[in-house]
Amino acid sequence: MDRLTIGDRTFGSRLIIGTGGFRNLETVRKAVKASGAEMATVAMRRVDPSARGSLLDVLTEVGCFVLPNTAGCFTARDAVTTARLAREALETDWVKLEVIGDDRTLLPDASELLEAAETLVGEGFTVLPYTNDDPVLAQRLEDAGCAAVMPLGSPIGSGMGILNTYNLRLIVEQSHVPVILDAGIGTVSDAALAMESGADGVLLASAISRAEDPAAMANAMRKAVEAGYEARRAGRIPRRLYAEASSPEEGVAELQSP
Amino acid sequence: MPAVCLNGEERTLPDGATVLDAVHASGAEGEARGVAVAVDGEVLPRAEWTRTALGEGCHLEVLHAVQGGC
Repeated sequence: MDRLTIGDRTFGSRLIIGTGGFRNLETVRKAVKASGAEMATVAMRRVDPSARGSLLDVLTEVGCFVLPNTAGCFTARDAVTTARLAREALETDWVKLEVIGDDRTLLPDASELLEAAETLVGEGFTVLPYTNDDPVLAQRLEDAGCAAVMPLGSPIGSGMGILNTYNLRLIVEQSHVPVILDAGIGTVSDAALAMESGADGVLLASAISRAEDPAAMANAMRKAVEAGYEARRAGRIPRRLYAEASSPEEGVAELQSP
Repeated sequence: MPAVCLNGEERTLPDGATVLDAVHASGAEGEARGVAVAVDGEVLPRAEWTRTALGEGCHLEVLHAVQGGC
């Protein structure tokens, strides 16, 4: 599998892990290791004096690049401030930009997202925006200077998979930056479908963190992403309405007596 | 003694307390690696924590990285 290049970094894995929803840090460690992921997201929240262990230590130990997100932000202003705080805390100018417009579906707010992306790119951030599966918005985000576009498959944590493969294919076809399918993955076939559809990578959390056996699911997701990537390059057969015989049509025996 | 709002709670810190004192009061340990501070909604760089005195009524958010994402 070719390495995935985003901005000025390259990654040996095309699976990116969100660390939300895991029961504890040990489960994070085992699952991230099994996934083979080299990048993992974190959120910025108030310091909790009762928290035990360090997530950053765990991610460093398993060799993961830490990608802070702006989860929980509903305005461009809050998202920009959160990105600046993450840059200060984690000494990275990378950010997974999320600006949510609705607290039930957690769908992105397109105008706030674009405004925040423009501001952060202007401040030198490497911006990876979580976006609607809208080819026009994806193009606007690319034009704004985002280092990747990350369309959703379906709402965060819904496990509904990819609801609009047509839009995903349009985004893949038009984009000159990596396309990462982000959110909605429920199981391995969804991740494989994303890669078969031409996505450059997959970002997921809940499908692994809320699975009965997170490490086993992480291992399965690693294979799914690799399989989907290889299948895309191998070139699938076209879909046909009718069967096409795969055994020779000549030389078939006549077995009925005249 | 300055009364401030620290991570959503009203707190009173000793006279002369700096932002670094507030960071420690928030529960961040040691050198507070991986921690960032916003004072009244603006990021305050780490280098300025020790030389920034807490103003009466200021609003501090002391954040760090936690599990999150998708």
